[in-house]
Amino acid sequence: MSKIKIKTLDFNFYYGKFKALTNINMEIETHKVTALIGPSGCGKSTFLRSLNRMNDIIPGTHVEGQVELDGQHIYDKKVDVVDLRRRVGMVFQKSNPFPKSIFENVAYGLRINGERNHGKIAHRVEESLIGAALWDEVKDRLDESAMDLSGGQQQRLCIARALAVKPEVILMDEPASALDPIATQKIEELIFELKKDYTIVIVTHNMQQAARVSDYTAFFYLGELIEFGETDQIFTNPKVKKTEDYVTGRFG
Amino acid sequence: MKIPWKKVQEKIGFMIIRLATVLVVLILAYILYDIFKKGLPVINWEFITAKPRKGMTEGGIWPAIVGTFWVSIVTVIFSVPIGMFAAIYLNEYANKCRIVRIIRLAIRNLSGVPSIVYGLFGFALFTLSLNMGLSVISSGLTLGLLTLPWTVTASEEALKTVPMSYREGALALGATKWQTIRTNVLPYAVPGMLTGTILGLARAAGETAPILFTGVAFFWPILPKFPTVLFQQFMALPYHLFIMSTQHHEIVKVRPIAYGTALVLIVLIVAMNGLAVWIRYRLRKKYKRA
Repeated sequence: MSKIKIKTLDFNFYYGKFKALTNINMEIETHKVTALIGPSGCGKSTFLRSLNRMNDIIPGTHVEGQVELDGQHIYDKKVDVVDLRRRVGMVFQKSNPFPKSIFENVAYGLRINGERNHGKIAHRVEESLIGAALWDEVKDRLDESAMDLSGGQQQRLCIARALAVKPEVILMDEPASALDPIATQKIEELIFELKKDYTIVIVTHNMQQAARVSDYTAFFYLGELIEFGETDQIFTNPKVKKTEDYVTGRFG
Repeated sequence: MKIPWKKVQEKIGFMIIRLATVLVVLILAYILYDIFKKGLPVINWEFITAKPRKGMTEGGIWPAIVGTFWVSIVTVIFSVPIGMFAAIYLNEYANKCRIVRIIRLAIRNLSGVPSIVYGLFGFALFTLSLNMGLSVISSGLTLGLLTLPWTVTASEEALKTVPMSYREGALALGATKWQTIRTNVLPYAVPGMLTGTILGLARAAGETAPILFTGVAFFWPILPKFPTVLFQQFMALPYHLFIMSTQHHEIVKVRPIAYGTALVLIVLIVAMNGLAVWIRYRLRKKYKRA
């Protein structure tokens, strides 16, 4: 019996008066990959960014209902959002390395969390880069600017940066949408490796990708969770007509 | 062969635009040429380093240079931290509500207030109410007020050029807002902030009206050491220029000194602007490939 990592209860999300998410009830399992699919503007990215409260930085937003991480309501006043984001890491659609060296990019999260010991930092940077399958490509040029890496390497660097602070969950917002097929394949292989240690939630526009990498798939449409289940079932035997229409490419 | 009408139109259009540009450059060039031609002959070591003598008809402008220097120092110390912190608050912390928009609008409008109004305000506030008298401090603070809108606006613009993704990336790793700003926003905004600040200061250094009420003196060659110097009256380059060109009793005799003063002031301000460009260039290069 696998454990539930994140659970939402009647979760609603508003941009000002606009209701972007309606009554989302969902359970995300530990050490599994959960894919969020749906047409543009369906709320899947908003939902993803609600899981580590990244939406807090957008003015005029508010939430109703619950999001629980290990049973703790993350929108509770007692929750330290800084600590939450350390536990729930994020990789963005557009790779966003900082204009620092490769080493400093990965070390950033450690430094801001108070690590001073250089030996420990160096060790953790190496571990993270190995974990993100980037170490062999960059080990001889850790002092070079991260901006000189290729797009795919930059995205894996961002994954390494997220891994460095040892999160429990990694949220990925279309991590491969700007990458070529080979770089995309590397990211997908990496996701497969990462789920041994992390719980992964991934937003994707690419249905083949969702089918390839995920264990569970959630289909969002117009701010509602239409169907949620095991990936095989969603793609081969969807229960809702709308899901079937979408996954078979009839709309979207 | 007949030239089509639209080609003729284009030619005339370009001609007008080019003429306007040439005119602007020519006027500026002529002013600079005139000041250099008449100012350069009086510039020598004594002119820069000596005090005025014989009813200011001979000697140099050293006290005015020193006065402008100390006033600028006070201006910087006052307006740079406050301006930068205000910009950080407005851009990073304040909610995007109506009050903040009004505050921002008010700040922008302040930069259009005539400098003489700042002079009066500084006189009422610093010289009289706060009992600072006619002094370098009063004048420096008044010029500080004058440069604040520039500092705030330039700093805010600089902060806006830092991509949102730097902030999101840091926040997503568990950085606090202040850590994010300090380590991942400010380093990339500082070149722009400094540039705007120095440009504002260069403008302040050339102002006459705000210091007129608050401490500048016609003739004050006494130069005590820091910090005493801050609490007395002073001479300043722009005011010295004003005196020498319009208020002196032997106006023809001191005309060369006026031109020399103008030249020193212009060189000083161009140097400050050059410094701003240089700092921006250096820091940009440093942070682009770090």
